[in-house]
Amino acid sequence: MTAFAAERAWRLNPQVALRDEAFGALAYHYGTRRLVFLKSRLLVDLVSSLGEYPSAAEAITALVPEGRRTTYERALARLAASGVIDVG
Amino acid sequence: MSADPSTDLVVAPLPLKEQFTRGLDAPICLTWELTYACNLACVHCLSSSGRRDPGELTPGEARGIVDDMVDMKVFYVNIGGGEPMLRPDFFDLVSYAVGRKVGVKFSTNGTRLTAPRAEQLAALDYLDVQVSIDGATAATNDAVRGEGSFAAARNAMDNLAAAGFGPFKISVVVTRQNVEELDALAAIADSYGAQLRLTRLRPSGRAVDTWEALHPTAAQQRMLYHWLVERPGVLTGDSFFHLSALGEPLDGLNLCGAGRVVCLIDPVGDVYACPFVIDRQFLAGNVRDPGGFPAVWRTSSLFTSLREPQSAGACASCGSFDACRGGCMAAKFFTGLPLDGPDPECVHGHGEAALAARGEPPRALLGHSKVGRDGTPVPVPTPVRFRSPARA
Repeated sequence: MTAFAAERAWRLNPQVALRDEAFGALAYHYGTRRLVFLKSRLLVDLVSSLGEYPSAAEAITALVPEGRRTTYERALARLAASGVIDVG
Repeated sequence: MSADPSTDLVVAPLPLKEQFTRGLDAPICLTWELTYACNLACVHCLSSSGRRDPGELTPGEARGIVDDMVDMKVFYVNIGGGEPMLRPDFFDLVSYAVGRKVGVKFSTNGTRLTAPRAEQLAALDYLDVQVSIDGATAATNDAVRGEGSFAAARNAMDNLAAAGFGPFKISVVVTRQNVEELDALAAIADSYGAQLRLTRLRPSGRAVDTWEALHPTAAQQRMLYHWLVERPGVLTGDSFFHLSALGEPLDGLNLCGAGRVVCLIDPVGDVYACPFVIDRQFLAGNVRDPGGFPAVWRTSSLFTSLREPQSAGACASCGSFDACRGGCMAAKFFTGLPLDGPDPECVHGHGEAALAARGEPPRALLGHSKVGRDGTPVPVPTPVRFRSPARA
């Protein structure tokens, strides 16, 4: 597992499937068999489109309103720790 | 529930528990009992299994359910029984499911898990196996699961290890008799590089009649709680949430997910609110009904009502209500307690008082226990006679 660094390019791990729910989405990692709850729609959008940006920091800047960016960067770090996102 | 939703919560606008009690678009923890046929006759069998039901879903219907799971994005299914390996299409069905990326976690008594079968299983992706034992010794286990069942399960574990299956699970229902053997059970798991999984004994199925004698005492439950807190690597399928009232919550969702995030599809396609309430009162519909399983999950009147706010009833004034939410619906129902009151094993002792004051508990009217020629149930446990897995 790579430690999260916002200046690197990240993507939704191909071993992870997302299922939309009212609160955001469920993410299931077929490798670790872990279920993770993404508890906001914005986080789901961020995670889903992460791979289209040259770095996580740029994805955050593009999608997350100022003032909430630290929260979302922390969320991405936790998702990196559980393997939901990876560096490809 | 019989799955392990290893949970990790990221970003929280609303308490997740509130979201879950309103139900999800598809279950997280879907149990599918493939057959009521079983070659064992465990005294605590939650589905009173034994005889195959003539109305069992056909192989085609079973594949159709897998297709529904794909459409609903059900990530994995918990397959049980009866003994699922007794279904002739077991491997076809499991291969079909994992091929469509519906992961399979299946529970087996191990009697049919021969060396070639173990190799077949080891070759499949997205497949987890749980072998059941209910004691660290043959004496403790066989008293519940039948003579010879411990040796058969150990043989299955040996076969999985030899096939290089990887970290399989050893599944144990905690009882008054085996709770003293937890360390020894953990040692057995360690010896295989396996994961230990402990689940709660519910007074369901044949355990309606044996729960009194088998369920852990209050002192044993407290010991179990501390044992689990010290061992976060031991899986519990979220089944001991009633113990979370003792202190810091155990890992898991810590709520009753029946009809909200959990349900059961039984071998004839009946959909129940959870695997531990096979009773007409908790029957939501059948997968053969128009709209199939997705319609039952989304629109059945039973599940709709379970997703409405529930009364805390007699537990409303208890300071631990947020921790245990009144405990397990099945445990209350089958011990004859009101559903909006304390769990029979309430750690504050409110259950014992309620049990003393209750009327007659409901009898289990449904079941597939084997019967003798005179139509009466065969006493259990019966000595188990099956082909040796080594030679089969």
